Amino acid sequence: MQLHVVKEIEYIREMIISMATIAEEAVRDSVSAFLSLDSENAKKVIGRDCEINSLEMNIDKEIFECLALKAPVAGDLRFLFSMQKINKDLERIGDHAVNIAQSALNCIGFGNSMATSEVELMSTLTRGMLSDTVNSFIKSDTQLALMVLKHDDKVDELNRIMSRQVIEIIRKDINTIESALELLRVSKNLERIADLSTNIAEDVIFHANAKDIKHHSGENSKAEKSSIE
Amino acid sequence: MISAVKNETKIKCDNVNFYYGKSQALHDVSIIIPEKSVTALIGPSGCGKSTFLRTLNRMNDTIPGTRIEGSIKLDNVDIYSRNVDVVTLRKRVGMIFQKSNPFPKTIYDNVAYGPRLQGTGSKAECDSIVESCLRQAALWEEVSDKLDKSALALSGGQQQRLCIARALAVKPEVLLMDEPASALDPISTSKIEELIYELKQNYTIVIVTHNMQQAARISDNTAFFYMGKLIEYGTTNTVFTSPAKKQTEDYVTGRFG
Repeated sequence: MQLHVVKEIEYIREMIISMATIAEEAVRDSVSAFLSLDSENAKKVIGRDCEINSLEMNIDKEIFECLALKAPVAGDLRFLFSMQKINKDLERIGDHAVNIAQSALNCIGFGNSMATSEVELMSTLTRGMLSDTVNSFIKSDTQLALMVLKHDDKVDELNRIMSRQVIEIIRKDINTIESALELLRVSKNLERIADLSTNIAEDVIFHANAKDIKHHSGENSKAEKSSIE
Repeated sequence: MISAVKNETKIKCDNVNFYYGKSQALHDVSIIIPEKSVTALIGPSGCGKSTFLRTLNRMNDTIPGTRIEGSIKLDNVDIYSRNVDVVTLRKRVGMIFQKSNPFPKTIYDNVAYGPRLQGTGSKAECDSIVESCLRQAALWEEVSDKLDKSALALSGGQQQRLCIARALAVKPEVLLMDEPASALDPISTSKIEELIYELKQNYTIVIVTHNMQQAARISDNTAFFYMGKLIEYGTTNTVFTSPAKKQTEDYVTGRFG
């Protein structure tokens, strides 16, 4: 009976990889839609969200059944525990991509996006973090996962800069408020995607090393991170 | 040397090697068993876990041609030293076997047998001991009105609990259990497991089990044996969530064994 756990774990792993691929594409397309005011891409992202949601439900069901019927332990248990969280985080990433796509459509309606160099940099960093975190999962690469954690602060800082920029934009011309708020919304969603990418990286490390480095600004987690590096 | 749960040491084994004739069954086993805890011994068939269990009360002495090296100390006294009385040792370190083995006597006489041998003459005292031990074994409610009935008429699960009560009657400090529930149905197994959980408040328990979920449920510490060697020993939490050795990981996840 235990051997069936191996097959089920592999199946869940493949499903997570599929979901991660779709989530990555959604972020890529939604950002592109915003920067280029591309309605086709934006609508594609919104339309595809149901795929991510459906996968999330299927993966949840598979994990639940595996836990109930196979009583996994050790590495198998850590894997399923981590996949449950990664599943949720990927679904949330999909939602944030939809939000960015919606902002793109709204800006198309306004006629401009106010895309700044900062938001372009944020999107590049965020997409990089997401790509690295997915690769770290596929390859069980804890070093790559640790690299993801290091970029989160930069994205947070850019989000703060964006917030200040939006305030200035609105101050200068109140008529720009709608577009400016969409810019803020995109920035916030990118910042959340970066956070969720770090969550996934932390779960990759937990599965591989049985070390919990959540809330990694704390002293205990810093010590844990050092032991992994 | 690894000590898992941080209670006082009850049993300490140092470099134990055991032989059946020329065949070596245990290789350099060192382990500390804390008092008033449950230690599970797991491993594939033939790995030496039952052999090791039997060294703890010298039951292997009854097998011709066996030999032991190293030391096993109970409360810091080597149980294999010449001045140790094995009868007294086996009173202190009782054993419950896979197949329950009640005496062909009444329920009452099964439990009273040991104390009577030790000189407990008064009926009042025997009554008290019998009731106390049957209560500790979670059997009193089921048999209090039929103590004069044959123990052999009890169900398998009840017989096993009777055997535990019988062991408790001579006031042991340690209980060795060799797959005590493997022949029982799930409900009886559950009762035995609940009983073990209660007993560990007052007794040190070492249990051999093939049922890893059982080990995970009831034990504080788990020792994994393979081919006569102690591969890993730690808290049950650690062994079943993040074992240190790949062999342990492969065994508890069912990839071998």
